[in-house]
Amino acid sequence: MATTEKMTLNMGPQHPSTHGVLRMVLELDGEVITKITPDIGFLHRGVEKLSEHRTYHQVLPLTDRLDYLAPMSNNLGYILAVEKLLDIEVPERAQTIRIIMAEMTRLQSHLVWLACHALDIGAMTVFIYAFREREVVMETYELISGARMTSNFFRAGGLSMDVPPEFEAKVRKFAADMPGYLDQYEGLLTTNPIWLKRTVGNGVISAEDAIDYGITGPALRGSGVDWDLRRDNPYAGYENYKFEIPVGKNCDTFDRYKVRLVEMREACKIINQALDNLKPGPVLADCPQITYPPKENVYNTIEGLIHHFKIASEGYPVPEGEVYQGVEAPKGELGFYIVSDGTSKPYRMRIRPPSFVNLQAIEKMSKGSMLADLVAVIGTLDIVLGEIDR
Amino acid sequence: MAENNRAVIKLKEKFASSIVDVVEFRGEVTVTVTKSDIIDILSFLKSSLSFNLLTDVTAIDYLGKKTERFMMVYQLYSIPNKDRLRIKAAVAENECSIQSATQVWQTANWLEREVYDLFGINFENHPDLRRILMTPDWVGHPLRKDYPLQGPDREPYKGRLS
Repeated sequence: MATTEKMTLNMGPQHPSTHGVLRMVLELDGEVITKITPDIGFLHRGVEKLSEHRTYHQVLPLTDRLDYLAPMSNNLGYILAVEKLLDIEVPERAQTIRIIMAEMTRLQSHLVWLACHALDIGAMTVFIYAFREREVVMETYELISGARMTSNFFRAGGLSMDVPPEFEAKVRKFAADMPGYLDQYEGLLTTNPIWLKRTVGNGVISAEDAIDYGITGPALRGSGVDWDLRRDNPYAGYENYKFEIPVGKNCDTFDRYKVRLVEMREACKIINQALDNLKPGPVLADCPQITYPPKENVYNTIEGLIHHFKIASEGYPVPEGEVYQGVEAPKGELGFYIVSDGTSKPYRMRIRPPSFVNLQAIEKMSKGSMLADLVAVIGTLDIVLGEIDR
Repeated sequence: MAENNRAVIKLKEKFASSIVDVVEFRGEVTVTVTKSDIIDILSFLKSSLSFNLLTDVTAIDYLGKKTERFMMVYQLYSIPNKDRLRIKAAVAENECSIQSATQVWQTANWLEREVYDLFGINFENHPDLRRILMTPDWVGHPLRKDYPLQGPDREPYKGRLS
């Protein structure tokens, strides 16, 4: 008689479908998964420790490198937490540009998710298309901040600089074209029998379990929980925009796919509303003790130079206290918890990464399913290891 | 202000003796409680006041600043009521452990592992207390204030030499 025994299979950290350096030790019974032990930390750079030794201004570039597929969402979360501590108001134009860029970032992040998720399952065409559109977002990043990924564009009190004149037309064209592109992706996937076979009924997690595991963002909405921080605890001026929150029903990979696609359409609507609101004006709050002076003053006046030097060398003191700011990043709730002791460096900064918490549910979602379906579940969770390992 | 918070009113009724401090700062309410009652309080908040989402678990190291070195921080969120609450509990260095919140929320599993890894706080009744970000054979807990920034056995960074 043939004997059967369980097999242990190592997946990653160098594996094309683990989306970075995620390693999983799988216990298999034939092709069925009986146990998953994720192993993370390969990309740990000690961002929380580093930030305790830097001024508030110097911490900002570190946040770009958390979720490197959505840099401006990370910038936004951190800057809002610092502004909450400082208790300062941001000019309207800066707020509007922040919203435009946060939604562009959501589109960018979801495009990479769609591309990689589809590629993992075997649909290569979508990958090429989605990266074509992502390129436009990266060009916009480059246009306004000079960098394609590590934008470092927001500042406590506003933005590092105003956007160039061609920004508005570029974004408007992108937001107008995007729904058509989305139809194109949907035409390739939504009714595609192979896509349906791989996604419907795969990676099911009930709403109750999803909350118990702390899942947030599109993954939670895919399980039918109608909750979005942009609407329910508005920040950065989201209360002035009208948009729908898509919610899934069947708690599976296909519903999460649908939720994210609708979210992308809604992001285009928010961008259009924001562009209509965009009026000329200052992009930096009038608080010289926190914000850098205009470059013109730095180069031409001694006061401006001293001002710049003081902020660059010693930073600005931040009132003692502690705040938590959660934002609806593309992957879920991204939180920054900052404890200030009244000096110019954070006493403790904690980043609540959505991917880290979401990834924890992978065993619940994939236990008992086939090995090949695990790849689809990794894709649907939309993880980024830069954020998980920090 | 903080006295009018729905959770603070109920907590004061039910756990009057365990509440150490209630603070409101920038509209955020923080309740500090004694460590021995932490699980009772967290499960009460979850079951009776519908704080159903445990957003985050972390710790702060107050080395040389407070008598009890560590402070555990739990960020709670209520999806039905859309409000937040922060619960804190002090943990002394010589008795460096606290009850695990995994019995209340599954989320706490990895979040507490991270605190164990980076701060060295032990969690009683945790199902799988291992290091998570650092390698299993790592010595020390990097987020402690007495852990050097540049890592063990290395010269401190002196800035760019060129």
